[in-house]
Amino acid sequence: MRGFLAVFKRELYAFFVSPVFYVVGTIFLAIAGYFFYTGVAYFSLISFQAAQNPFMGAQVNLNDMVIKPLFDDISIILLLMVPLLTMRLLAEEKKTGTLELLLTYPLRDLAVLLGKFLATLLVLLILLSATLVYLLILSGFGEFEWGVVLSGYGGLILLCAAFVALGLFVSSLTQNQIIAAVLGFGALMMFWVVGWAGSLSGPAVGQVVKYLSIMEHLDSFTKGVLDTRDIAYYLTFCAFFIFATLRYLDSQKIRG
Amino acid sequence: MIEVEHLTKFYGPVPAIADLSFRIDQGEIVGFLGPNGAGKTTTMKVLTGFLPPTSGSARVDGLDISQNALQVKERIGYLPENNPLYTEMTVEAFLSFAARAKGLAKGAAAAAVFATVADCGLEAVRGRIIGHLSKGFRQRVGLAQALLNNPPVLILDEPTIGLDPAQVVEIRQLIQSLGRERTILLSSHILPEVSQVCQKVIILNQGRIVATDTVAGLTAQLQNSRKVRLTVRGPREEILRALAAQAGVIRVEAGGAEEEYRVELEKDREVRADLSRTIVRQGWDLLELVSQELSLEEIFVQLVTEENPAAEAELKEAVDDL
Repeated sequence: MRGFLAVFKRELYAFFVSPVFYVVGTIFLAIAGYFFYTGVAYFSLISFQAAQNPFMGAQVNLNDMVIKPLFDDISIILLLMVPLLTMRLLAEEKKTGTLELLLTYPLRDLAVLLGKFLATLLVLLILLSATLVYLLILSGFGEFEWGVVLSGYGGLILLCAAFVALGLFVSSLTQNQIIAAVLGFGALMMFWVVGWAGSLSGPAVGQVVKYLSIMEHLDSFTKGVLDTRDIAYYLTFCAFFIFATLRYLDSQKIRG
Repeated sequence: MIEVEHLTKFYGPVPAIADLSFRIDQGEIVGFLGPNGAGKTTTMKVLTGFLPPTSGSARVDGLDISQNALQVKERIGYLPENNPLYTEMTVEAFLSFAARAKGLAKGAAAAAVFATVADCGLEAVRGRIIGHLSKGFRQRVGLAQALLNNPPVLILDEPTIGLDPAQVVEIRQLIQSLGRERTILLSSHILPEVSQVCQKVIILNQGRIVATDTVAGLTAQLQNSRKVRLTVRGPREEILRALAAQAGVIRVEAGGAEEEYRVELEKDREVRADLSRTIVRQGWDLLELVSQELSLEEIFVQLVTEENPAAEAELKEAVDDL
């Protein structure tokens, strides 16, 4: 994939010189840290009560009571934050005209899109890796399963990839970054809440609707289960939206 | 080097360029001249592979722009309209990116950036952020990115627009020095600019070529002759001969379509009546006689009035000299 690396590096450069990354990163870590703190504080409260009740003590563990809720909370923060990171990917280039520069270089459009996609994903990985500190602190005070933590992070990375792919697509639709962000929020929200309709509709339709929900598939990862169905869901989701972006850019060229 | 055949591009129902055909030979500097909205930018966007043509074809260095898009892009250095740049990057970082994106290997890219920075006079600002540069320097950065992989063809869309007179002169000199070993197509809506830099001019209006000529030929044509397009049904060779024999006719050539002839007439004589009489007397059918001189003159006026007063004085001088 020629030129992919050049686009990838430029995109990282753009992230790190832009204040948006630092603001989004700070807010993300502040909120995630708050959730972590309340989770641990609640856990220690329960632990005291459990100390008097041996039956309850058997139920209390860090994985279920701190780490899984933390992953679920982070996924919600990401849903709100990722559109802010992806909004500029193509919208800004369309507005300033640099997309014309990029598309007249001897690069394949796919290399351009993958460069942008993976650079954004790497930025999110950097943010996520900062949350590892919480777990290192936690490991000093109690015991938990690192395997489940790893699978949880794997799930979050796939979730991020899906968010970024959708963000990239909506960013290709407009020159306006605000519109790209709002479309991104809206679409991700829809993909989240569509799962809630699953319990309202009949069993057959319910299954399908539930399968569509973007958050539903994270559940198995945070429980420590690697289900190929969920991995396939996220990969398909990414491929679909990157392909859609490619097709949309093409169609725009033809209309001019 | 660049061959364009019947190129047409529609934006929705509106044709931006219609049935454009021209060719540019290796080493030529050719100016695309025309008022705003004439189709200059669209043609350039099609040639550089940013927009696909609705119909027609174009070849760069013998390669078709649709079938060999990547190879064609490798051979073209392009300065788009309004010179879009990544304003948050430093000059050097941006040029390194452009060199790598154009497929140069790491070492070659560094060497190309070094050489281009020197060629374009950017040494003093290589570490500065592009967004903080003056317009003249930005224009140089735009030219530099186009030059990086040393392409044989340069396509420059309004390279001097919005610059102050001193910067305009600098950029024009830079372009002329680049043109020694390259084929350059540049667009402008300023006639004096094109006449200074280019050897050949293609005048566009409303998506069609109005005239293709050398700068000298064009000026002479505007001053001394008028052009008429004839559509005559009859034996082609005989018609050509008869038209050429007519008094007051400077030049006759067969037009693009069948039965079409382009005739250049002396300006201060009314030859059109004689022409039609000759044709009818020979028993041929005169289907159409269109004076083309008016549109060219109109464009000429538009082009001249958009230049700044200094250049206008310059042009007046040139006209007086004739």
